[in-house]
This record gives sequence, C-alpha cells and structure tokens, in this order.
Amino acid sequence: MTFALFLQYLVAGVTYGAIYAIVAIGFGIVYNATGIINFAQGEFVMLGGMFAVTLQAYVPLPVAVLLAVLIVMGVGALVEILFIRWLDRPTVLRMIVITIGLSIGMRELALLVWGEGVRSLPYFTGDAVTALSVGDVHVSPQVLWVLGTVGVIVAFLLFFFGQTRLGRQMRACAANRDAARLCGIDARGMVTLSFVLAAGIGALAGCVVSPITYVQYDSGTNLAIKGFTVAVLGGLGNSAAALGGGLILGVIESLSILVLPAAYKDVVAIAILLAILVFRPAGIFGNAATARLQEHA
Amino acid sequence: MSRSRYAPLAVFAALIVLVQLVTGAAGKSQYLTQLTMAGYYALPIVGLTLLMGYAGQISIGHAGFFAIGGYLSGFLTTYNLHELSGHWWVRAAAWLRLLSAGQDAFGSPSLVVRAWPACIAALLVIALVAYLIGKPVLRLKGHFLAMATLGFGTIVYRLVLGSSLMGAADGISDVPAFHLLPGLAISGKAAVRVSNYYIAWGLVLITVLLLGNLIHSRVGRALRAIHGAEEAATASGIDIQEAKLKMFVLSAVLAALGGVLLTHYNGGIGPSEASILKSVRMVAMVAIGGMANLWGALIMGALLNFLSMRGSFGSYDDAVFGGILVLIMLFSPQGLLRADLARRVLGAVMRRRKEPVT
Amino acid sequence: MNRLPKWIVLLGALFFAGSAAAKETIKVGAILSVTGPAANLGGPEARTLQMLVDEANKKGGLSGHPIELLLKDSGGSPEKAISFAKKLIEEDKVFAIIGPSTSGETLKIKGIAEEGKTLLLSCAAAESIVKPVGKWVFKTPQNDSHAARKILEHIKKAGLTKIGLVSSNTGFGKAGKEQVEKLAKELGLEIVANEDYDKEATDLTAVATKLKAAGVQAFINWSIEPAQAIVLKNARQIGLDVPIYQSHGFGNIQYVKAAGPAAEGVIFPAGRLIVAESLPASHPQKSVLMKYKKDYEAQTKEDVSTFGGHAYDAFLMLGKVIEKAGVDREKAREALEGVQGLVGTAGIFNFSAQDHNGLQADAFEMLTVKQGKFVVLQEGAAKKDAPAKKK
Repeated sequence: MTFALFLQYLVAGVTYGAIYAIVAIGFGIVYNATGIINFAQGEFVMLGGMFAVTLQAYVPLPVAVLLAVLIVMGVGALVEILFIRWLDRPTVLRMIVITIGLSIGMRELALLVWGEGVRSLPYFTGDAVTALSVGDVHVSPQVLWVLGTVGVIVAFLLFFFGQTRLGRQMRACAANRDAARLCGIDARGMVTLSFVLAAGIGALAGCVVSPITYVQYDSGTNLAIKGFTVAVLGGLGNSAAALGGGLILGVIESLSILVLPAAYKDVVAIAILLAILVFRPAGIFGNAATARLQEHA
Repeated sequence: MSRSRYAPLAVFAALIVLVQLVTGAAGKSQYLTQLTMAGYYALPIVGLTLLMGYAGQISIGHAGFFAIGGYLSGFLTTYNLHELSGHWWVRAAAWLRLLSAGQDAFGSPSLVVRAWPACIAALLVIALVAYLIGKPVLRLKGHFLAMATLGFGTIVYRLVLGSSLMGAADGISDVPAFHLLPGLAISGKAAVRVSNYYIAWGLVLITVLLLGNLIHSRVGRALRAIHGAEEAATASGIDIQEAKLKMFVLSAVLAALGGVLLTHYNGGIGPSEASILKSVRMVAMVAIGGMANLWGALIMGALLNFLSMRGSFGSYDDAVFGGILVLIMLFSPQGLLRADLARRVLGAVMRRRKEPVT
Repeated sequence: MNRLPKWIVLLGALFFAGSAAAKETIKVGAILSVTGPAANLGGPEARTLQMLVDEANKKGGLSGHPIELLLKDSGGSPEKAISFAKKLIEEDKVFAIIGPSTSGETLKIKGIAEEGKTLLLSCAAAESIVKPVGKWVFKTPQNDSHAARKILEHIKKAGLTKIGLVSSNTGFGKAGKEQVEKLAKELGLEIVANEDYDKEATDLTAVATKLKAAGVQAFINWSIEPAQAIVLKNARQIGLDVPIYQSHGFGNIQYVKAAGPAAEGVIFPAGRLIVAESLPASHPQKSVLMKYKKDYEAQTKEDVSTFGGHAYDAFLMLGKVIEKAGVDREKAREALEGVQGLVGTAGIFNFSAQDHNGLQADAFEMLTVKQGKFVVLQEGAAKKDAPAKKK
C-alpha cells in the first residue's frame, strides 16, 4: 500500500473521528455538570440537522444553522426542566432509563414531524464532488469545516470553563454541588445550562456533518453509541481528550477495513468500548483515581 | 409461609387456563398466537427481574442473549451438513442420534441437527458467553455497567446483521418445529395453537416456581442483600462477585431459552430480535412490574407484548415502551427499587452478625 | 281484501333490492415496513396503497367490491410480520396480503400464506421468494439476476474487466451481491475488490479508498438504502473517476439529491417509472406510469420512486384477479397464474404456474443521471462516464 493511500485512510479516519468527537463532547458537558450520561445526546445532533434542513428552504444557510442551534438549545432546556430538574438525587439506573426513554421519544416525534425520508444540508463550500487535494490524497472541504468546528468548540469550552465566571461556577457545581450552593451558585440553573450547551453543540455538529452524510429520524442512535465510546475512550468529561479519542477511534475504524469486512466496522468500535470499560474506565487521557470515584453509583 | 408463596403461582396458573377457555369460548382462539409469543418473551423478563430487581444489576443488552439463543438453535436446525457428511464429527453426531436427515426446499438431501441437541447446545454456549462477559463487566457500576451491556447488545446485533452464515439481514427461515416429546411439539401451526399456548406459559410457571425457591433460599437472600448495600453484604461474608455472576448467567440462559423456543414457534428469526429497542422493551417491562415484583412484570409484560404483536400500537410501538419507561422512572421509582425490602433484609443480616460477637 | 299483506310486499322489495345490492367488501391485508430500517421501502409502498384503495373505493371498489385495507407496520421485524400474517389470515380472513417490504420478512411468512391458502403479493425482491414456487406466493419487483446481467453485460461491452463490488449489509444488498458474483464469473469479469458496508454508515471514504487501491476499472454499488449516495460522494471526492454502476435500488430521486453532482453519469437498470416523461407516447407503459406519478406526487408532495411502484403493481394484480374470478380464492390464484400482458410500473407482467414474478430483463431500462435527473441512457454516451474532477 502506498503512502498516499495510507494517508487517504487516515483522512477517512479523521473524518469519522471528528464526527464522533463532537457528540462525545456533548456527553462530557452534561456528565461534568450532573454525573448523568444523557443518552439523548445523539438526538440533539439529529434535531440540529433536521431543523436546519427545514429552515434553509426559507432563510440563507448560515441563518438556518444559527436558528437550528438556538431552537435545539431551547429543546435541551425544555428536556432538562421537564424531566430532569425536579428529580431528587436520582439513582444512576433511573437517569439512564429516563434519558433512554427521552431518546426514543424524540426519535418518534421526529418521525412524526419529518417522516422517514433522508435529508441533507447543502455543502457549506463547494459541493459533493469538490475535494482539496495534496498529491493523491483528497479531502472534501466539508471535512475541514467539521474539524474546524470541533476545534472552535474545544477552544471555546476551554475558555468558558477556565476563564469565565459562569464556567467556573459550573465546574464548582460539578465538583461539589452542596458547597457550590452554599456559595450562592444557582445549582439548578447550572444543570439547565449544561443541557443547553450540550444541545447547542450537538445541533451545530448535526448541521456541519449533515452534508457529508445525511440526517434521518433515527440517525441519532448510532452516533450516540459511537460518541459515548469516544467519550469514555478519551476520558469522560474532558473535551480535548474527547477529540483525541475520536481521532484515535476514527483512524482505527478506518484502518480496520483492511483486515475485516467493512460491515463489522462497528464491532471494532464497540469492542474497543468494552475493552476500555473493563480495563481502563478512566480512558486513555483520564485520571484513574477520579474515575474510580465516579464509578461508584 | 410456604402456603402463601405457592398461592400466587396457583392464581397465575388459574389465570392462564381461564384466558384460554374464555378466548376459546368467544371464538377468539387466534389470540393465543400472540399470547404464546408473549409467553416466550416472558422468559427473559423473569431472568431480568431477578438480575435487576433482586441483584440490582442493570442490563440494557439482554436481547443479545435472547437473539444468540434463537440464532444458534435456528442455525443448527437449518444448516445443511449433507456436504460435510464425510467429516468425522458429522458421522459421530449422526451416530449419537443428534442429527436428522430429510429434504430441503428443492428436494435435495439435507442433514441438520435435531432440535433438542441444538437447544441444549445453544444454552450451553450462552452460559459460557455470559460467564466470560459477566466476569469482567459485572465489576463495573452504574452507567459504566449500563454502557457495557448496551455495547454487548449492539455487538450481537452487528454480528448477526453482518454474518452471511446467519442470513445477514434476512435472518434464518424455515426453522423446523421443536419436538419436545412424542406428540408434543413447539410449532406455529394453527392446529396445535392451544397446546403451544400451554407449553409456553407452563414453562414460564415452572421457571417462576424454580426461581422462587432460589429467591427464598440463602443465595436469594444474599442477592437481595447485595441489592440493598454492597459493602454491608460483603461485610456479612457474601462473595458478591460470585453471586452477581451466577445471577447474570442464569438470567442470560433464561433469555436464551426464550429465544430458542420462540424461534422454533415462529419458524425463524431476524436481526431485529437483537436490537437495542428490544432490550429497552424488556427493561421497561421489568420496571413496570416494579423491579422486584415478578407477577407485575409478567402480567403487564404479557399484556404489552400481546398488544404490540397485534399491531395495536401501530408505528409508535417503540414510543409506547419508551414512554412507559420514562413515566415510571419519573413518577414511581420508590416502588421500583424496594428500598424498604432491602433495609429489612439488611437489618436481619446485621442482627445475625451481632449475636456471636457479643 | 285485495291488498297484499305488508310483509309480502316488504319481502318482495327486499328480494329485488338484494339482487341489485352492493357486492361484499373484500378485506385486503398489507404488511409493510413503514418505519424502521426499511422505511424508505415501506413508506412509499404504504402511501401508494392507501392512495389506490381510496381511489378504488370512490369508484365503488374493485369490480364493484369495496376494499377494506388492513395495513400493518411491521417495522422490518420478521417476528411482527409473522404475527401479523397469522392474524390477518386466521382472524381477519383477508383475501390477500400485499407485502412485506423486505425479503427476510417474506421468507418467514411464505409458509403461513401457503398453509392459509391466502394470496401473498410480496413487494420484496429476493429470487428465493418465488424459487421454489409456492402456489400462493407471488412477487412484484424484478429479479436481481436480470439487473445484474444487464449491468455486467454493459461493463463487458465497454471492454472493462477488473471491477469492484460494494453492497450494503441488507437483504437486498446481499441478494444482489450473490447474483453479481455468480454472473461475473460466468462472463469472465474479475471482481478485484468486494466489500459490504453498513447501511447506517456516515462516511465511506475508507471503502472507496480500498476500491481505488485495488485499481478497479469500474465498480458496482448495490444497495437500496440512502447510504449508497455516500459511496458515490466519497468515490468522486478521492478522485476515483471510473464508471459507477448502481442497482435498481437507486430508483429514488432522493438518493440523487443526496449525492449531488457525484450522481452524474451513474448507470443503472430500473423500471421505467422514474423516466416516465421521456417515454414516447406509444410506449405501452406510458399512461399507467404517468397517472401513478401524477397522482402520487399530487397526494404526497414527494417524488415517485420505483419502491412505491411495487405496491402499485401488487394492487393492480389484485384488481385483475378480482375482475376475473371474484372472491373465490382458488379461482383467483389460478387466474393470476394465467394473467398475461398486465401493464404495471415495474414492467409488463406475464405470469404462469412456474413464473410467479412475471418479469423478464426487458422490464429494465438502462438509465443514467444527467443534471440531477433520471434519463434513459443513450448508447454511445456510454464511454463518457465520470464527470471531470472539479477543483
């Protein structure tokens, strides 16, 4: 296999990986603030794409994307307020089951509203066949949009959690909720904010990814599983690590088709998930001690 | 104590017979078809109630076990070994009377495994798989355990969907009837509808009876103690991991049994039986019953599966189960987790410890 | 008293009224995958059927028999298909069942239909549905073997020998893959790259790269799901400019839209429904196709696809046998085997006791995509295949 081909496989892997990474980051935000894995994260991604496709028939593309993100952020807030907010120290099982139920519910609603057909946004730049080439290695400009978006998101989150007052308040809540409340931080608001943030990021991901693939009422589920794998792989709750984990998983998946039939690509991803969960739940970049504490339900 | 324990069983048995007589009298015997299917779906529910309700271990991948059981049995009873009849192991199997010869759809000779050995083989494989998977995975807690089981279920789905040996997306068809005893067979044919109904629900009853003994035994009490508080249970000298693992394997085998028998009843199986939505459905039914309330789970599960299989929920089938799950989890988790039960058991356990020390 | 007693008059009136009364309602069952993994098949099929039943009932039904449609959504699950089939046949005692949408489901209820002596008009494509022939089981889609043959013969005529094959991991993909592999050997074509891909894949650049690495001179993409559009895009993006052949599972303009410019020049066999407008007025299928297209697009506001056409053809067959044999099942079954020259959307059907599909290779037309639309492939344009690589 030539070097150019190997690079092409890498590019393919980076494409998948970036997509998974964005979903993983969404998981991480909610997890950090609440300790909950929100199974409905994949649906936020799907909704972002769906709303944007519907809207771009009426408004220019960038406006459609912006509106879609805002709408889904609203959905995220709604979900938190209606279903999560008033639960009093729920057990993990309860939360898992509720978010799974929400995921199913949102999927069925999407089916009701949009039907079962597939939709795509137009490419942000160029079209379905444009490719930027370096020698014999080609990449669609949309992939660069995806990578760029992920980069911007990660940078934004680092800034937000590190430098802004609001971000630090959220971190305080995540670390010790009661202490944070004693300091006058609105713990409940923080939780809502985390959902809003995760929903917005997910929606943005859905928009920027939809030209490459397409969006359908049930495209959320598959993404959620891959996204979770990446989140755990990188270390739950750490955005930059999620990016790293995503790229690693994407490349492994891409190269796996050299040895396994392509139909089993997903099996590779899940096998990795299981291996990580069993052997190193903290993830590659995570802190083993913290993870052991978090494990305790 | 023992009389009150057998009372619910007797009531349930009476209910089963009553349903059959009423539907027969009303000329609606065809309802028995979906009720029988619901009966086979009830077997994994029994196992899952044990695992989730009594031992407190989440599993969102149990449909995987159900499907593996069904697929293995279906595969063995349909895969034509005729081309391989020269091999020593095929001849050995034939000599051990494990195989049955016949003709395939085109009239050429076929050689397949009999239903009984196929069933037993499938269950043994499941027990092994569950043991191997359970050992590392059950050490996880909370959402890590949930995700691991979810991952397991998804892998099974992907494997059966991708494997052309297992029929890929078409699944396995033309699975023969399961001859339990001379004159008694598990088959979907209309003529034996009533006997199949009793086979399915009779099996559920027997399973509950046997498991009831387990729950009320020392092992069972140990499990409930685990569910209440793991550290305390360990302090009482219970080997947590062993108990959890045993329960996991048992629930997996029950699920697989349901899969095997339903496959023979339906005459086939497809990848849809391994889907995550099916696992979620099982969790929903256990939750409805009240996590540790077996009868509730069985009755509601039977009703819901019956309606689902008749298409009463239309295209929103999954939404119904998902919605039920959410509503229960939102509004009545107290009744689901039996905190009072665990506390009582724990109290009893702690009291026993105190005496010898002082 | 010369007046007749009232009750005799009443009886007389009833007697005469009865002979002019409406004929009995015929119950028709349908098991389709309206939701779930095969929703892109079952959705259009269900909508088509609903539309046709409503239209027929407005005119008094099929041959005067009002039609009661019992539509069940199986979600692509065989166990549901089995349960619904039993219910429809044993409880509702339907006259016929249209569907299911997928081969896997059809194979599981073949036996039930046979045992229940109920006509099963399947919308699924696998050849094993009608081979071996089941007395009561028929199918409306064309055979994969014909499609595969048309594609491979076209490739051979173009002088290409090394081909790639990618197929989706569904029943349709698997069946097509088998046919292509078999026929390629027969025609002396070499398959140098052979991959299955997941129908839910989000990006298939790795698969496309593998094709490029193998040095294929053309490749066949056999799928009926939306993911086939992704293959097209990725292949063109990495500069794989060879001729691309699709299967008849491409017959939905949604897929062309999803692939954008990557779909230009793709060659595939399909029923003539999707190029109905460009057919000459004298073509026997033209009026049927145009009417279906017009009605469906007006009713559902979405483009017509060949998938919905399979349900259309099934309903057409139903109408024909009711016309010939009324409500007698055995007579209807025999009548169906004798139907010749039935103009449907997938082609012109000629049934027989051995052929329960009724379509030959000429049911297919070789089509291509030009400027985002389906057009009939003009021979001679076959050499100019891939679009120039855009920068």
